[in-house]
Amino acid sequence: MKIPVYLDNNATTPMDPRVLEAMLPYFTEKFGNAASRNHAFGWAAEEGVDYAREQVAQLIGANEKEIIFTSGATEGDNLGIKGVFEMYQDKGNHIITCTTEHKAVLDTCKHLEKQGARVTYLDVKSDGLIDLKELEAAMTPQTILVCIMYGNNEIGVIQPVKEIAAIAHKHGALFMTDGTQAVGKIPVNVDTDGIDLMAFTGHKMYGPKGVGALYVRRKNPRVKVTAQMDGGGHERGMRSGTLNVAGIVGFGKAAEICRLEMDSEAKRLSALRNKLQSSLLELEESYVNGNVENRLPHVANISFKYVEGEGLMMAMKDLAVSSGSACTSASLEPSYVLKSLGLSDDLAHSSIRFGLGRFTTEEEVDYAIEVTKKAVNHLRDLSPLWEMFKEGIDLDKVEWVEH
Amino acid sequence: MAYSDKVIDHYTNPRNVGTLDKSKNNVGTGLVGAPECGDVMRLQIEVDSNNVITDAKFKTFGCGSAIASSSLATEWLKGKSIDDAITIDNMDIVEELALPPVKIHCSVLAEDAIKAAINDYRVKNGLAPIESEKSHH
Repeated sequence: MKIPVYLDNNATTPMDPRVLEAMLPYFTEKFGNAASRNHAFGWAAEEGVDYAREQVAQLIGANEKEIIFTSGATEGDNLGIKGVFEMYQDKGNHIITCTTEHKAVLDTCKHLEKQGARVTYLDVKSDGLIDLKELEAAMTPQTILVCIMYGNNEIGVIQPVKEIAAIAHKHGALFMTDGTQAVGKIPVNVDTDGIDLMAFTGHKMYGPKGVGALYVRRKNPRVKVTAQMDGGGHERGMRSGTLNVAGIVGFGKAAEICRLEMDSEAKRLSALRNKLQSSLLELEESYVNGNVENRLPHVANISFKYVEGEGLMMAMKDLAVSSGSACTSASLEPSYVLKSLGLSDDLAHSSIRFGLGRFTTEEEVDYAIEVTKKAVNHLRDLSPLWEMFKEGIDLDKVEWVEH
Repeated sequence: MAYSDKVIDHYTNPRNVGTLDKSKNNVGTGLVGAPECGDVMRLQIEVDSNNVITDAKFKTFGCGSAIASSSLATEWLKGKSIDDAITIDNMDIVEELALPPVKIHCSVLAEDAIKAAINDYRVKNGLAPIESEKSHH
């Protein structure tokens, strides 16, 4: 077992060696520009891109013509939301999203608000899922887009995508989803799910960084987005810029591996995740954040009350995990996602996200359990809050001297 | 963000972790910070009849820098007179632990905890609390 152990697979994944192998020829031998239509170098590159486009489309049950390659999910989110807003301005200006979306969605919506968009940010329930009745109530004749993520990056909860799509369509709006965390991990099918647009990315599914895609539906209905970058008219005019051929080939290979291995991988990872989770819940005053039934198989977000997340991570320095505490950021604000679930600031500060992946072994999970338990106990020995809790003092009734 | 060796040392082997009997007249207790801010420090001092701090203990809920700042503070407090202790400045802690700008608030909290502990001791013994001449808030 190599130390440190990587359990932050929601941030990024290591590239699968099979992906690297597929990419290598496209840096040196097949280096052509996929848009060069008049010589063999261009044809070889184009062939690689076309094949990858099919591989990516197949993973999500789409037609290859519906795949627009981008630099990643952030660009896909921007292109999808801004592109729909500009394209469908005549129809309306209302967009519905939710408070636990990634910043690539939230900040894009905030940007559009300055351009005349009206945006509804739905709250989530304490389990992290949106309330479908609230969505229904928020729909108006001016609603052009409902944008709700598939799987959440911090807590892993899976939104009821099919039901959301049905509500959007019933009111004549398009449904877009940020599929970054879900695609390649769980079955995602744009037809059965009713998805009109979806952003996702290669590096969360064992592919390279810097390449992603926006799925844009071509039939029932035919969806169009206004390009956000002007240039050579690549990607059916929706995304100009010379294609990242090697990256796209890698993304395609990664998609193919995910499609073929998803079922067995998800089973293996959810068993490991459940072992990790149930072992850590043996610690007193520890809680899982988010809905545990509708959740990605490889994620567990757990709060350890009375210890602070960043301090905890320091004691777990041989484990690469992520904390909901933002003690390192200038704002000192804990995770907005956890706060949206109604978690108090102190519980949000005390949370750790464990993200397992394709290369996570049982030995590593056992190690993570041991290290985490030791760290929590060490920090509780140091924690005045733990001592007060043990003495039966109600911490909510203490008058704290904030600084 | 990389922590300095001194922060890591104090964090891994914190000095003077523990609890003094806060009901005793010669013990001063300072509890500063708030759980929702992600930092709570409790610093306690025991003072002898010559106004010298004979023991100091802490417990801290917070990041590594907060734990190290309070651990260092207890080391510095032991053996100091109350009058010397009150002059400990947060920037001394910043310098000793090589805290980056984003962690300066940890040192401020430690200074506040020292002053709060001393004032708690003073008030218990019929003395007026010392007003802080500078405010960090």
